[in-house]
Amino acid sequence: MSDADLAPGAAALGEMAAGRSKDAANGHRRMGRITREAAVGYLFVLPVMAVFAIFVFYPLLRTFWLGLFRVAPYPTIPSKFVGLSQYRNVLTSPDFLASLGRTGEFVLLTVPIGIVLGLALAVLADARIRGIRFFRTLYSSTVATSVAVVSVIFFTLLNPTVGLFSYWLGIKGGNGILQSNTWALPAVATVTVWQNIGFTFILMSAALQAIPEDLLEAARIDGAGGRSRFWRVTLPLLSPTVFFAAVVGIIASFEAFGQIDLLTQGGPDNHTNVLIYNLYTSFQNNDFGKASVLAAALFVILLAVTLVQFRFVERRVFYG
Amino acid sequence: MGRRWGRAGRYALLTVTAVVVGFPIYITVVNSLLTPQQIAHRPPALFPLHPLWGAFVQAFTTAHLGLYLRNSAVVTVAITVAELVTSVLAAYAFTFVAFPFRRVLFFVCLATLMVPMEATLIPNRQTIGALGWYNTFPALIVPFMASGVGVFLLRQAFLQLPRELHDAATLDGYGHLRFLLRVVVPLNRPIIAAFGIYAFLTAWNQYLWPLIATDSNNVRTVQIGLRQLESLNIDQINVIFAGTLLAAMPIFALLLVFQKQLVRGLTAGAVKG
Repeated sequence: MSDADLAPGAAALGEMAAGRSKDAANGHRRMGRITREAAVGYLFVLPVMAVFAIFVFYPLLRTFWLGLFRVAPYPTIPSKFVGLSQYRNVLTSPDFLASLGRTGEFVLLTVPIGIVLGLALAVLADARIRGIRFFRTLYSSTVATSVAVVSVIFFTLLNPTVGLFSYWLGIKGGNGILQSNTWALPAVATVTVWQNIGFTFILMSAALQAIPEDLLEAARIDGAGGRSRFWRVTLPLLSPTVFFAAVVGIIASFEAFGQIDLLTQGGPDNHTNVLIYNLYTSFQNNDFGKASVLAAALFVILLAVTLVQFRFVERRVFYG
Repeated sequence: MGRRWGRAGRYALLTVTAVVVGFPIYITVVNSLLTPQQIAHRPPALFPLHPLWGAFVQAFTTAHLGLYLRNSAVVTVAITVAELVTSVLAAYAFTFVAFPFRRVLFFVCLATLMVPMEATLIPNRQTIGALGWYNTFPALIVPFMASGVGVFLLRQAFLQLPRELHDAATLDGYGHLRFLLRVVVPLNRPIIAAFGIYAFLTAWNQYLWPLIATDSNNVRTVQIGLRQLESLNIDQINVIFAGTLLAAMPIFALLLVFQKQLVRGLTAGAVKG
């Protein structure tokens, strides 16, 4: 055999060897690229994950854990592990059930009325007439206020001696609306509805404007009057937004704290002592065990509200 | 005939409801320009014939509104910037970067939407204490440096970008950071702005956490300052109204400028399309 005979084979072998090493190099580079890619991914999600781990998930679990410990009446004595008995005691106490009931009342006083008013304003302002922009801006304006701003304004206007609203309601000194067992909760609810009206209005207006004009036109051609167009076309198309507003509204009502703190501080005689305020006062009294049980209860209730609503309401709303 | 009456009726209803919705703010403005005696006068003055600005001065001097507003500005700007940066980074990774457990981690982000801040209040107060952060700005800022809403909203927007854009950028030798800063962020400016406004509004209006995490005026935000303001004596009722207006003013100004972005931010989750 001559060198020439061997040459092609050797060349082929050489090529194969080179090819293999190129493959290997590619493999390394690909591996490198994949791990590098993953590293970039983890690096980018790290800040968010760190904050969530430390300030959302860890404390959520710890809330349930703290509910197992009864805090001693004196700060020097360590709290005692009492297991689930504290959950049982707190969750069956008349104090908890009363605050839960008042929270339910508060939800009923704020959510349906808020949605109906927001929708009514949106329908009213849904017309191409002169000056409508002014009205729309005005109706939206309460989103620029905070709960604290609105509460302080109403608190002052409801002051029994100098408040303008008290004067109009015929109250002269003594107890005002916010000091009345009957009217304190409805008053706080009214303030809440007023503060939220801008948000609900914006939501409902956006949804109204998203309704295709030709659908309403088709209904008009079919001889549907204004009222039946609203009930048969507009409202079904708005149902996802109404559903969304209801869920958001219920959750917000359960979390309504600022208005209670600034208007009534849970009074008079606990008549506005809703769940979240009960939690706050327990916390302020250093009863971390009870406060944790209440926080856990609040979490479970809101989770249930969201899940139940998604399950049952979503089926009946119309997604166009 | 019906149509004309319809229009007149609509204007009448619009006007009545506008008065009802607008009155509390209107009377706040009026009362902030009156003296306590004028405010207490009956029948009440519904227009400031001789407006006085002294109440606004007093709100700054006796009610420390300047300090509270400064604190709110520091906290709110820090939270907004941090939420924007962390949400953009995470949303980008969840859309354009392949890494193990990506879906799981995204669902973890979504799960935070189900956890109300009240459910974590007590341990978070303890954490802040353990870190020595009670009564400091970090206590008011760090727990809110990430937002599940932000990650979700921005990811939804980033998903709308055509895949080819990413491929083309990769071919051009763009790394992730360059693609993010030169392409993704500029193309999504509207939704990023909308989320920014939403984040700012939410941070500015916080009440319960700042109340629990601080008790010193040096770091307390204006919402908690309002609590102090409310307890002013009735003979300073005009200062209460003026201070409340000052506390609301920055957000009113912001919304006048960014009305469109706010509407977009508020309705992003609710309305399809």
